[in-house]
Amino acid sequence: MTSEVLLKATDIKQHFKIKNGLFGASHTVFAVDGVSLDIKRGETLGLVGESGCGKSTLGRSLLKLYEPTAGSIQFEGRDITYLKVGEMRSLRQEMQIIFQDPLESLNARHTVGTILEEPFIIHKLGTPPERRQWAEDLLVKVGLSRDAVNRYPHEFSGGQRQRIGIARAIALKPKLIICDEAVSALDVSVQSQIINLLLELQREMDLALLFIAHDLSVVKHVSDRIAVMYLGRIVELADSETLYESPQHPYTKALISAIPQPNPRRKSSRQILQGDVPSPVTPPTGCHFHTRCPVAKEDCRSTDQHLREIVDGHQAACMYAK
Amino acid sequence: MSQENILAVNNLSTEFDIDTGTVRVLDNVGFNVPQGKTLGIVGESGCGKSVTAMSIMGLLPHPYGRVAGGEILYQGQDLTQLSTEDMFKIRGNSISMIFQEPMTALNPVHTIGRQLMESYRLHRPEFDAKAREQAAISMLKKVGIPSPEKRMENFPHQLSGGMRQRVMIAMALACEPDLLICDEPTTALDVTIQAQILELMQELQKDNGMSIIFITHDLGVVAEICDEVVVMYAGRVAEQAHAIDLFESPRHPYTQGLLKSIPRLEDTPKTILPVIEGFVPSLQQMPAGCRFQNRCPKADDQCTNVPALEMVEKAETNSDFPHKAACWYKQPEAIPSSNI
Repeated sequence: MTSEVLLKATDIKQHFKIKNGLFGASHTVFAVDGVSLDIKRGETLGLVGESGCGKSTLGRSLLKLYEPTAGSIQFEGRDITYLKVGEMRSLRQEMQIIFQDPLESLNARHTVGTILEEPFIIHKLGTPPERRQWAEDLLVKVGLSRDAVNRYPHEFSGGQRQRIGIARAIALKPKLIICDEAVSALDVSVQSQIINLLLELQREMDLALLFIAHDLSVVKHVSDRIAVMYLGRIVELADSETLYESPQHPYTKALISAIPQPNPRRKSSRQILQGDVPSPVTPPTGCHFHTRCPVAKEDCRSTDQHLREIVDGHQAACMYAK
Repeated sequence: MSQENILAVNNLSTEFDIDTGTVRVLDNVGFNVPQGKTLGIVGESGCGKSVTAMSIMGLLPHPYGRVAGGEILYQGQDLTQLSTEDMFKIRGNSISMIFQEPMTALNPVHTIGRQLMESYRLHRPEFDAKAREQAAISMLKKVGIPSPEKRMENFPHQLSGGMRQRVMIAMALACEPDLLICDEPTTALDVTIQAQILELMQELQKDNGMSIIFITHDLGVVAEICDEVVVMYAGRVAEQAHAIDLFESPRHPYTQGLLKSIPRLEDTPKTILPVIEGFVPSLQQMPAGCRFQNRCPKADDQCTNVPALEMVEKAETNSDFPHKAACWYKQPEAIPSSNI
């Protein structure tokens, strides 16, 4: 793996204004609140966190599906933060996304062939027979049969539909794919098939993946590095193995200990977090995690925490991490 | 067998009418629920685990779904033969149920308090209004809801997902059931909240000694809280065993494949996972004989005959709960797991 940076995000903020009713007060949701990260060519960066932590929003901001409130995004060294829609379109060949529920993201009225030819049509590539040929090749590549081009999405099982979603994402040979909970809705036996497919495609096409999921065991299995997100901020970032072996942030520790392990003899020395995730409309002051943190002290309430290097390549946003 | 069973399901078959005819969703399902223990029912979507729960509770959609054969014995009486009125007395009283999505199971236009008190109104006619309220408040306290008096006035949408699931548990436990059926109760929750709810359920079970049927697709959750496990595949029981036996010495190729294919935290990142090839056949196109044969690495001609759910040879002795598998070849297979 080369260590060339493919995508670099600096201090991304994504705030949404919401309004309570017609005359209600308006609030701001701090969905993503100052995130910096980079994704290297051909690597998988895992992004893990609980629902509402802003991980999906961050994924979409990086693709500029949302206009970021602040911060900058560089793709292959080029600043794309302020690109216009038309300029962005050609860049979308390089960056693709796979969603959680392929039945919702695939047009139910189109055949699989039409769905897979669409990227080529949009980017004005090939002649109709060529496009059909490419669509069939894509299906074979993701482990489906060629005759699937004439069938509709509902005729396939969940795992097969996700294969179609992946086929569409790799159609234009992108350099980066954002997988937003791409395997979360699948059954265990199918989930492993799709994970393997992603790993194989990545190796073959030198793809970079941003793998967004809530399940840390899955994220760890596919990722080179993992970023842990809590309430709009990244609280820890490290190599997959390091993150699991020596987590530094109390939230990461709690997350790892909360994952049910398929081992009935592990009777738990579990550390259970109390309370719920606070609302991103009114995030706590100081360290966002202090309301649930087992080791929080007085100054955690007042001091904002930012990622800092603990050891080489291992960053955590906790003042007590060492 | 020295163990007392609170519920015995024998040869249960359940059918549904669909446009093109009738499908048999459960086919000769049988298992016992030991007294005071947690029995896990695990399987992939469509394997019939929820339909099993619905059949026990008498909640199959009428008139499309029906129990077509077999019996469900609870305290000596067959639940499938009970009248609607008799079932009404049992449901929510001595057997109750928790569902996956508390937001759809709770009524959005009634307060938490009113919904909680409803079970007392139905099953505890001797309680007056004051007693009902007191009982409801103490249930909320028991499931760890802060300031329960205030929460009684709240509507479901004013609570977080974890709190709603706690309310569901409070409702289900209101009449101190002997048997609690949980259908994927933590699937919609975040892992840190799931850990809270699982811990709560274990504490409550320790307090009142109820038996639990815990339905889930998550093998990690099964290992965490179940004593005994039933593995279902395509409407049949594939294997049943004590949890430790099942995870350490699975005998059915489906269980073996499932355990090998889950990503584990101890795995080396970016390695190819062992997989079960293919996918579950649809109910209308089930192969004759063993239903797993089209995905099974060990399948041969023998497998076109239906294998009976039988005791495995040389079973380990972790429990009174019998280790059975429905496979012609029941060889144990070691599952790599680092810290057993």
